Formats: sequence, C-alpha cells, structure tokens
Amino acid sequence: MSQPAGGETGAQSPGTVTATGERWRGVERGLLRMRRTLLAATLGPLTVALGLVLGATAGPAWAALAAVPLAALVWGLRAIARNWASWRYAERDDDLLIARGVIWRGLTVVPYGRMQLVEVTSGPLERHFGLARVQLHTAAATTDAHIPGLAPEEAERLRHRLTELGEARSAGL
Amino acid sequence: MALPKRPEGKRLHPVTPWRRAWAPLAALFAFAAQDPERARQGVENLSVTWLLAGVAVLLPVAAAYGFLSWWMTSYLVTDTELRIRTGLLFRRVAHIRLDRLQAIDVSRPLLARIVGVAKLKLDVVGTDKKDELAFLAEREAVALRAELLARAAGMAPEAAPEVGEAPAHELVRVDTRMLLVSLLLLGTTWSALIAAAVFPALVWWASGSPWPALAVAVPLLGGVWQSGLGRFLTEFDWAVAESPDGLRLDHGLLDRAHATVPPGRVQAVRIVEPWLWRRRGWVRVELDVAAGGNEGGVLLPVAEREVARGVLGRVLPGVDPDEAVAALTPVPRRARWVVPLWWRGYGHGVTETVFASRRGLVCRRLTLVPHAKVQSVRLSQGPWERFHGLANVHVDHGANGTVAARLRDAAEARVVVAAQAERSRTGRREARPERWLT
Repeated sequence: MSQPAGGETGAQSPGTVTATGERWRGVERGLLRMRRTLLAATLGPLTVALGLVLGATAGPAWAALAAVPLAALVWGLRAIARNWASWRYAERDDDLLIARGVIWRGLTVVPYGRMQLVEVTSGPLERHFGLARVQLHTAAATTDAHIPGLAPEEAERLRHRLTELGEARSAGL
Repeated sequence: MALPKRPEGKRLHPVTPWRRAWAPLAALFAFAAQDPERARQGVENLSVTWLLAGVAVLLPVAAAYGFLSWWMTSYLVTDTELRIRTGLLFRRVAHIRLDRLQAIDVSRPLLARIVGVAKLKLDVVGTDKKDELAFLAEREAVALRAELLARAAGMAPEAAPEVGEAPAHELVRVDTRMLLVSLLLLGTTWSALIAAAVFPALVWWASGSPWPALAVAVPLLGGVWQSGLGRFLTEFDWAVAESPDGLRLDHGLLDRAHATVPPGRVQAVRIVEPWLWRRRGWVRVELDVAAGGNEGGVLLPVAEREVARGVLGRVLPGVDPDEAVAALTPVPRRARWVVPLWWRGYGHGVTETVFASRRGLVCRRLTLVPHAKVQSVRLSQGPWERFHGLANVHVDHGANGTVAARLRDAAEARVVVAAQAERSRTGRREARPERWLT
C-alpha cells in the first residue's frame, strides 16, 4: 500500500482508485455541514455576545477582543474541512482500511474475519443531517475502527457487506 | 419453617458458609485495632446481658444466612455448559458455555488448605469478572476441573467424567535459590525497600511525630511486600507442566495456586530482561491470554534463556525468540529527537510466525504476537513524528492489548502495516481449531 490518496479525494466522487487498486471513499458532505454548524452555533453567538458586552461596558477598544472567538471560528471552519477531507475508507478483498486525521494521522486495518460486531448508530443530530456512523468491534477493545458521517444507505450496505464477509472469513480468537 | 426447594445440581462443600463468618470478625478487629482505647471502653460499658442478647440474635441470623445461601447454591455440568445457581433473594443463574472457557484455576488459600477444600475459578471469553465455585472438596475440585476441560476440549461427553486428570509431564520447576537471587537482583525490590526506609524517616524528622511517619510507612511497606516477600511467596516453587488440556502452572508457598492455560489461547508473549539479570542470561516470561487467563500473566518468574525458549516452543509452536531477536532492527537515528536517550531501546522485526517489538533500555521487554492472533493493525503519526518522518505501528490482539513498534521510518511503517495485515490473514488460515482435541 502506498501513500493513501490525498485529501482532495473527498465525497465528491463516489470513489477514487489509487495506483495500488484500492477504491478509497470519502465521507458525506453532511458531516462537514454538521460539524461546521455546531462550531458556528457555539462560537458565533459567543463572538456577538462578547463584542456587545465589552463594547457596552468597557468601551469599543475592548470590544476588539471579540475577534479572538471569531478567529477561532474561522480557523475551526478550515480545520474541520481539512479533517473531514482526511476521513477515507477502502474495502479491500480481505480487509477494511480506515484513514483519518491531518495533524494526528491514523490508519486502521481490520481484516473481515476478525470482526465480531458491526454497529450502525445515528443520533438525532446526525439524522437531521442524513448521517449514520459505522463502528466495528473486534475481540480487541483497542481496535478503534469507526467511520462517522456515512449516508444511511451506504452505512446499511457497508454493514451488510461487512457482516457477510465477516461470516465467510470468520476465525476465532 | 419449610426450606425453599433446592435448585437442581450438586452442592458446594459444607464448609462454605463459614467463610462468611470472616467478614464481621475482620470488621470488628479493624475497629478495635484502629482505636484500641475506645474499643476497650465500649467493651467495658457493655453489660453481660447485652452481649449475650447480641450474640443470641446475631449468631442465628448469620448462621441462617450462611446456611441458606449455601443451600441455594448449586452447580450442574451439562453437555455444553456449566450452570451455577446462586442467590437467596436475588437469584442468579450463570450459564457458562464450555467452548468459551479460557482457563480454569484451582486455588487453595491457606485456610482452605488446612480444611482440605479448594476454589474453582472460571475464566470465560468476554467477561471481566471471574465466576467462582467456592468451596469444593479438594478432590472434587480437581476432578471437576478435569471434566470441564475435557469437555471444553471436545472430548466425548460420556467419557469426560471418567478421564479424570489428564496426565501432565513437567517441563520446568523454578529453583528456590534462583528465584531468591532473581528477586534480589531486581531494582524494584531495592527501590521499594529504600523508599520504605527513607520516606518515613524524613517525614518523622520533618514533623517530629511518629504518627504521620507511620501513615507514610504503611503503604510503602505494602509496596515492599508486593515486590519482595509477597512475590517470593506467590512465585515459590513455580512449576510448569504440559498436559493435553493445556499448560499447567503450579505455584505458591502458603496459597497454592493452580492454573491451566489452554493452548491456542495465548495472544502474546512478553520476555522481560531486567538489567541485572542479563549477565546471567535470565529472563522472565509473561503471557497475555484472552480474557485475562492466569493472574498477572506470568508463565515463568525466572528462567535461563534456553529453558524459557523451550517452554515458549510448547506454548506457541514454531515461535523462536532467538529468531525474533535476530530479526529486530533498530529505529532510525533521528528518532532521538522524539524520544531522547531511550530511542535506542526500541526495535521491531517480523519472522515467519510472529510480530516482534522491543522496548526499554534498562529493563528490556520483547513482545511477540503470533500473526494469527492479530485482530487489527493501526498506524499512527503525530505532528512531531511526522516532522521527523517517523510513524508508529500498533498491533491489537485478543487479550485487549496493543503491541506497538514505535518510531519506525514512515515509509517503512506503511509497508509494515500492509504486510502485517496480509500476514495475519494468511496466518489465521493455518490457525489451529478452537477445540484442540477434536
């Protein structure tokens, strides 16, 4: 396996084939929207409130401090986009690859035969954005294999396929 | 009063209710020891009538509780499972599937040894808590263990009760002198001893009163006990024997513990070489068994390298630690910017059968994970590591552990991850079946 394809292969295309024949898929744009909305919903009002309160009590010069959460918001929006683009997964013949992270990078390889349980969860917020999350469990609790932000149909398909492959290639402890 | 109907199955040894008598007595002792003056006054203030009345009420209640809880506890072995029913008010039935049994230990605490009873501890996949059968007559415990293991191994159920204890042949017995010397050569023993001597003295000197010093000394002495004498007592006369139902471990001076590690359940092996042992060529071998296995995971507290190698060959056929050591390659020199000084301790290598990783400079630890036991493979890289072109490879195994090959060259790490996934897949195809006697 060579260097996984760069972040630009996001969810825009259904899949990107790298030189080694892996079909990497990105996660849904809805995840980006959801995380950005959450960030804006917390930092946006904070910026406004801080600006108003400081402007009214300490003077307009102090109100400039409100730029701090604003800067965090701008930086956060970009960071979320980069992080979102970094989430990729690829179904190979015998194992599932999950790559993630920009600053702290991680790549997880889970052989199908090792899967004990495939879980699809979707909270109210995720449902609103039309998202579902797939979590894989192996006999090792340290295996941290999850894919957030999949379309519900894709999550169902993945769950179905993984369980099927898991049964076909199952092995004990 | 009519007794409630006894649940079906066999009952435990009649001595069992008496172990519950310990708790109130111990509590009373603790109270008296903590505040002797008040306890003496309390006793003096009690009139004889009160004392008698108290005993007259408490004793029957305790006895009835003990008796009933014993009465309501039973166990039953069926073809596929072991059922344990307990509970007076809150009934609990544990169905333990025999093919999910990881290990069965017979432990004989000191008092139980005097009475001639033993405790059976059952280790099952996916449960944190060990189920216990306490107490059984010693002979019964051994027979039941043999039967359960025989059934778990897939032996014909009709024949299982008669096979009895599978024949064992001894592989190693750790010499008492060697154990003693090895513990004396451990840094932890001495540092615990020094800490226990120095800190209370300092506290005494600083505070001018012996009481805070005593408060400091007690936990430190606990540490000394754990790393020194206590360890000697538990690891005394350590014997490893091989039998068809797995590897038998017998050890202990006062509390004789008896553990069986079924073959094929070992997920990882650790070979620990403390600094002062290395010149003598001694090693300590630890196992990671799925769902806990033997407590502390020790296979051999101390042994010569060659002996350990022989035993390891029995636990994991085809695994040779020397070969793994030869396969180790050091990390790139630039790793010193990430982990100064200690970077020299890291190493990683792969053989036909295992994923090997070494860490530690003073106390060297070599961990081996058979390819067939690998559950998932991960690669991780922090910003500082990426700046130096390094990455870590983590291998997760079924005993809830992770073995990391740290600070590899980033390109190499990617190759290792891909290759390891491939190796563990092919390794699994050749893996032995769960029921190893069928």
